[in-house]
Amino acid sequence: MSYSATEIWLIIGILAVGTFAIRFSFLGLIGNKPIPPLMERMLRFTPVAVLPGMVAPLVLSGGAIPDPVRLIAALTAVAVAYRKRNVVWGMFAGIAVFYAGLFATGAL
Amino acid sequence: MPATTTKSAFLAGVRDGLPFIVMVVPFAMLFGVVAIEAGLTLAQTMGFTILVIAGASQFAALQLMVENAAIGFILLAALAVNLRMAMYSAALAPHLGGAPMWQRLLVGYLNFDQSYMASVARYDDTPDMPLSDKVAFFLGVAAAITPFWCSFTLVGALIGAAIPESYQIEFIMPIAFLSMVAPMIKSLAHVAAAFVSAVVALLLVWMPSGSGLLVAAVCAMGTGVMVETWMEGRRA
Repeated sequence: MSYSATEIWLIIGILAVGTFAIRFSFLGLIGNKPIPPLMERMLRFTPVAVLPGMVAPLVLSGGAIPDPVRLIAALTAVAVAYRKRNVVWGMFAGIAVFYAGLFATGAL
Repeated sequence: MPATTTKSAFLAGVRDGLPFIVMVVPFAMLFGVVAIEAGLTLAQTMGFTILVIAGASQFAALQLMVENAAIGFILLAALAVNLRMAMYSAALAPHLGGAPMWQRLLVGYLNFDQSYMASVARYDDTPDMPLSDKVAFFLGVAAAITPFWCSFTLVGALIGAAIPESYQIEFIMPIAFLSMVAPMIKSLAHVAAAFVSAVVALLLVWMPSGSGLLVAAVCAMGTGVMVETWMEGRRA
């Protein structure tokens, strides 16, 4: 990480203000303007549109062949989080498999 | 409005918020661990958690900071992850829009996934709930969760400093992202959006400082909306 302390606080500050503005948006408006349907639809897709793009290069592009321990841990996290419909179960399962794998391959 | 019902609405909110702690505690701890590992100071880590209080976007910002992305792209990507909360705000507005400004400001600050979900569920169950009770309930849910979110980030940050390099803590971040995304996949449209996001991001990894991710996100959002519209058309 190569940001100065000022830059890091700037990032935190703008994210704090921006996130608050998003959360307050409709609560702050006078009257109950309904959200336009197309906009609502786009908003619903934002996390699914951003997070996979962030994670795919982390799992897959670390060299020509992805590290098998990382790949299996990643797949476990997805499978468990999906089946359980729960973030934390997926995290626990993925982390458990990751460290079991590191241990088994002698990396730990 | 009698103070007793407002108080019991607040306590009902606390009760409905408590189960979420199971999920918030490990998530908060993990953020503390990876933030310290990534090179943030303790104050910066806590600043993030207390001022932003939005887990997924905090992880997103952190990951892009580790990759030394341009600041503008970090902000755009992290705020994009939070855009869904505008939807929460719109869903809460018919219920809480009549509350005094200071209460709406407080609700805005504490409007995260769990407080929104628990409150909207309760408002739908009890349509005749008075306004002051609705506000009290919402704040009760937030009051149950927020202290755990902040204090366990601190615990994670303190532990994180002691974890040796060989543990490859940085890989916990992708595991956390995947675990966040998987439960959001609710239809073919979500699958399509997630797929396009991943593929386009992989194709554009060569683009400088996080800009490829934004192109991927825009393509994915368009894909999700189109597939959903198409599926609705077929059903009709």
